[in-house]
Amino acid sequence: MLVYFLRRLLYVCPVALGVSIICFMLVHIAPGDPLTSVMAVDATAQEQAAMRAAYGLDKPLPTQYAIWLGKAVQGDLGKSIASGRPVADEVGRAVKNSLMLAFAASLLAFPIGTSLGFLAGYFRDSWVDRLVMSIAIAGVSLPNYWLGIVLVIIFSVTLGWLPAMGAGAGDWAWDLTHLSHLVLPAVTLAVVPIGIVARTMRALVGEIYSMDFVQALYAKGLEPLDVLRHVIRNVAPTGLSVMGIQLGYLLGGSILIETVFNWPGTGFLLSSAIFQRDLPLLQGTILVLALFFVVLNLAVDVAQAAIDPRIKRS
Amino acid sequence: MLKKALRQASFAVALPFALMLGATGHAYAGGTLRIGMTAADIPLTTGQTDQGGEGQRIMGYTVYDSLVEWDLTSADKPSGLVPGLATEWKVDETDKTKWVFKLRNDVTFHDGAKFTAADVVWNLDKLLKSDSEQFDQRQAAQGKSRIPAVASYKAIDDYSVEVTTKVPDATLPYQLSWILMSSRANWEAKGKSWDEVAKSPSGTGPWKLTAFVPRERAEMVPNTAYWDKARVPKLDKMVLIPLPEPNARSAALMSGQVDWIEAPAPDTIPAITGAGYKIVSNAYPHNWTWHLSRLPGSPWNDIRVRKAANLAIDREGMKELLGGLMIPAKGFFPPSSQWFGKPTFDVKYDLDAAKALMQEAGYGPDKHMKVKALISPSGSGQMLPLPMNEYIQQSLAEIWIDVDFVVVEWNQMINLWRAGATDPGVQGAMSINFTYFIQDPFTGLIRHMASELKAPNGTNWGHYSDPEMDKLFAEIKNTFDPEKQDEVMRRTHEKFVNDALFLLVTHDVAPRAISPKVKGYVQAQNWFQNFSSITME
Repeated sequence: MLVYFLRRLLYVCPVALGVSIICFMLVHIAPGDPLTSVMAVDATAQEQAAMRAAYGLDKPLPTQYAIWLGKAVQGDLGKSIASGRPVADEVGRAVKNSLMLAFAASLLAFPIGTSLGFLAGYFRDSWVDRLVMSIAIAGVSLPNYWLGIVLVIIFSVTLGWLPAMGAGAGDWAWDLTHLSHLVLPAVTLAVVPIGIVARTMRALVGEIYSMDFVQALYAKGLEPLDVLRHVIRNVAPTGLSVMGIQLGYLLGGSILIETVFNWPGTGFLLSSAIFQRDLPLLQGTILVLALFFVVLNLAVDVAQAAIDPRIKRS
Repeated sequence: MLKKALRQASFAVALPFALMLGATGHAYAGGTLRIGMTAADIPLTTGQTDQGGEGQRIMGYTVYDSLVEWDLTSADKPSGLVPGLATEWKVDETDKTKWVFKLRNDVTFHDGAKFTAADVVWNLDKLLKSDSEQFDQRQAAQGKSRIPAVASYKAIDDYSVEVTTKVPDATLPYQLSWILMSSRANWEAKGKSWDEVAKSPSGTGPWKLTAFVPRERAEMVPNTAYWDKARVPKLDKMVLIPLPEPNARSAALMSGQVDWIEAPAPDTIPAITGAGYKIVSNAYPHNWTWHLSRLPGSPWNDIRVRKAANLAIDREGMKELLGGLMIPAKGFFPPSSQWFGKPTFDVKYDLDAAKALMQEAGYGPDKHMKVKALISPSGSGQMLPLPMNEYIQQSLAEIWIDVDFVVVEWNQMINLWRAGATDPGVQGAMSINFTYFIQDPFTGLIRHMASELKAPNGTNWGHYSDPEMDKLFAEIKNTFDPEKQDEVMRRTHEKFVNDALFLLVTHDVAPRAISPKVKGYVQAQNWFQNFSSITME
């Protein structure tokens, strides 16, 4: 197991390097000047050149990348051009908020999605299956930013029960006021993964139940609950993989959801960075999110191997 | 009916949440005003603000003062300059490059340090002297270009400062109104670090910044020791919340999370007013135009074409499109401006006259004029650029002008505006739809049309050049009596209109949506506003 883990860890290094190159270069392709946000609109050409030199943007791209990577591996992601604050601090604060939102959405999405999927898979082609699949398709198909706006209109504007935006004043605290800010964005964010997880689980459960070994288990006289235990073990690796990917997406923070709810997470930060052409902030945020994805995949691979030894051997 | 149905349906779903969470509570203390800003971040807090006019309005003239300020007390007349930290200023009669500013002697910073002439010099060094200890690149980027006339400065005594300009320039007081005074003592107390000052700044303004969470919130309380007793804030607290998404701003207002939002989206206004909130607006120095290319070969070089285009726009129709939130252009300045004058060319909708002018210029049903126009899909101050430009495109088609749009993203648009009409990036466009801050002689007139400021050396985007216009600009700069200077400004504006130098379309009215609990707000005809008179019911 340790060898498998180390081998997988080794694969992460070139992937991380590739990710860093791609995210650095991609943000330079977009048109626009990153200094637009920090200069008065009628700054002269000389003032623009001075600013460009001050931020190191007058150097060739490979040089800029080498300097950036050298600092990034030491945990220094530079300073935001727009705000002047350290990118690591900005990203750290946003990741904390997005993590909170992602886990709240996961707590809703994964148990609900898994339960619905199992129900549909077990009662395949029955009315239960059709009902669950209708819910799942609706979840996947509804534009979640639209759903967010509708929820705000109902629960914030019309009823006044829940806040429409923000994460609450001051630092996060586990009190009713702050939790109330979490409800609408978490529900909105959970809708798509509920649909995806339910559909995946339904397909997996249906497939496993149709396999010969399940019939053999019944023939041996196992109770349905014991059979279910075997089915779960077989469903778990793929289910875990799907949920891992969904968790990554959730942490990436839906830009639209965080914008609709003014939630100060990574999606909101990315949106601001894109509009302001804030290259260091954009690079830093994308890098952290991409690395999180890589680490999450590693964790899922290791968990899959732990559950199903065949994966480790392959 | 729908509202009732929604209430009933949502009640069943939401009841468990509501029971679990309890009421979130809408109201804070009666004396707290919560403002939803359009900016995505709290503007720079160290002195010279970023985030354009909104930054200066909300973080600039609240926490800080400048030597010369704007009169923001009246909604009925255009704002003029008034004494700020300087009680008076005058130019030397024998050497018109030398100005003396007399300072107030009763002003202290929020940290208790006394404000003197040395602070003015220190703050100007902060922006202009790159080898000074306090030089701050971020503030310099915002402030340096605001004071192009300044050559040098020195303290004469504790309460007098001499500022020397490069050439005689009577617009200096307008330029200095941008420059905000930070506390040297606070900067030293914070280890001479502007990053630390940003967390706990100190100015001389009517508000003190007490809390600051980047991208989320800033809180201010009144400076009860403020030197201008009429501008000591009446509120207990003012909270600023960045809310860049227009629908999120509207929802925050209507759910009671904020009491005031800047720039509500026009399509949300019926819902906002229907829920009992007020929309306040007023004329202010802003315009929405097409800045025309005057390069050789541009069809806009023909005054008949320029006048025809101006006569082909039904501005009242556009006003309906914008829900009434605009002032139809009659000139480059709004009609209420002190610098409007009496232009002889009447900017109005007259399709027949427009067609006649086009035919006189050689165009007609069989010979269309083809132009490219640079536009952006969004942008600060751009109002609703896509439908508005499509409206103009249709209007101009009626006088045989076929417009082909070059659509670029807003930040790229700013770059192309700086680069000018000759830049390859404009892809042959012969106009740029760029909205303008037109609050003073330089931003209002000079920068757009001075020969010496042809882009990229300045922001004369279209490379317009007219010795008569340059002479008028020189006269503005050399007329030191404010009333006489206003008269030259009017004559210059008359030339702007009579020569139809722009496609003049509309002026924004700076709409704000506010809770009926907000009392005492007077919306000045200015980009900046006074928050001191406001109370909460």
